[in-house]
Amino acid sequence: MNITTSEFSGTRRLLLKGAGVAALIGLGVIPFDVPQALAAANDKYPEEAFKQKNEADAIKALYGKTAEPSDKVKMDAPEIAENGAVVPISATTTLADVTSISFLVSENPISLIASYKIPAGTLPSVANRIKMAKTSNVTVIVEAGGKLYSAQKEIKVTVGGCGG
Amino acid sequence: MASSIRVRATSNGDTTEVQALIQHPMDSGFVKDAKGEIIPPHFIQVLTFEYDGKPVFVADWGGGVSKDPYVKFAFKGGKKGDDLKVSWVDNKGATDTTTAKIQ
Repeated sequence: MNITTSEFSGTRRLLLKGAGVAALIGLGVIPFDVPQALAAANDKYPEEAFKQKNEADAIKALYGKTAEPSDKVKMDAPEIAENGAVVPISATTTLADVTSISFLVSENPISLIASYKIPAGTLPSVANRIKMAKTSNVTVIVEAGGKLYSAQKEIKVTVGGCGG
Repeated sequence: MASSIRVRATSNGDTTEVQALIQHPMDSGFVKDAKGEIIPPHFIQVLTFEYDGKPVFVADWGGGVSKDPYVKFAFKGGKKGDDLKVSWVDNKGATDTTTAKIQ
C-alpha cells in the first residue's frame, strides 16, 4: 500500500512538472488526491492549515504542493524586530495571475500566520503586522498561475511576542 | 457600540488603496496571563472586503496576527463616494461589519 502511494505521488510530481494546467485538471478526477481537493475548497477558512505546527505541513495543507524560491517575490521586513508582538511585514510581487499571498513563521507554535486571497483586479501586494515568538525565518508564498513561489528572510527578535 | 473596524479607502482614479485597523485581542492560545493560566484562543479568522457586491480582498487569519490587526492592500477600480463593505468573523463566531466611503 505504501509503495503504491509513493509511486502515485511520484507520477503526480512528474505530471506537474511536465504538463501545465491541462495536467492539473486531469489530476482532479483521480481519487485519493486529497491535497488537490483541499486546494479546490479555496473559499473556506483553511482550518487544517492553521493547525499545522511545521511550516512545510502548513504549506501542504493550504496548497497541496510545494513552493520554489523566486526573486520576483519581494518581502519588506525589518532585520531586527525589537518587539515580537508586532512585526510589520509586507510582500509584493511582479508575477502575473496572482491568486493568493501567505505569510509563515517557521519557529512559531503555529507556522501559518495569514493567507490572503487576491481576486482578479486586486494588486498582488499586502502589508500586515504579525507576531513572532523568537528569531525565525519568515516565508512569503505567492500563488500565481497555479504555482507557488516563495521568498524567505530571517528576522531577529529581541523580545518574543508569543507568551511566556 | 462603536465599530471595531476603522477603514480608509482612497482612490487615485485608477486604483483604490485600502487600509484597515481592527480592534481585536487576537489571542493565539499560547500566551499565559499573570496567574500563569493560558489565555484561550480568540482571533479573527476571516476578514472580507467587498466592493460592488464582489470580494476584492479576503484575509484568512490565525492567532499569529498581531493584536489590533492592520492590513493594507489596493485594487483596480473603485470610485470616490462608492461603498466598500468590510466584515470579519472570529473563532468564537462573533462578527462585525462596517461600510466605508471611498475617498
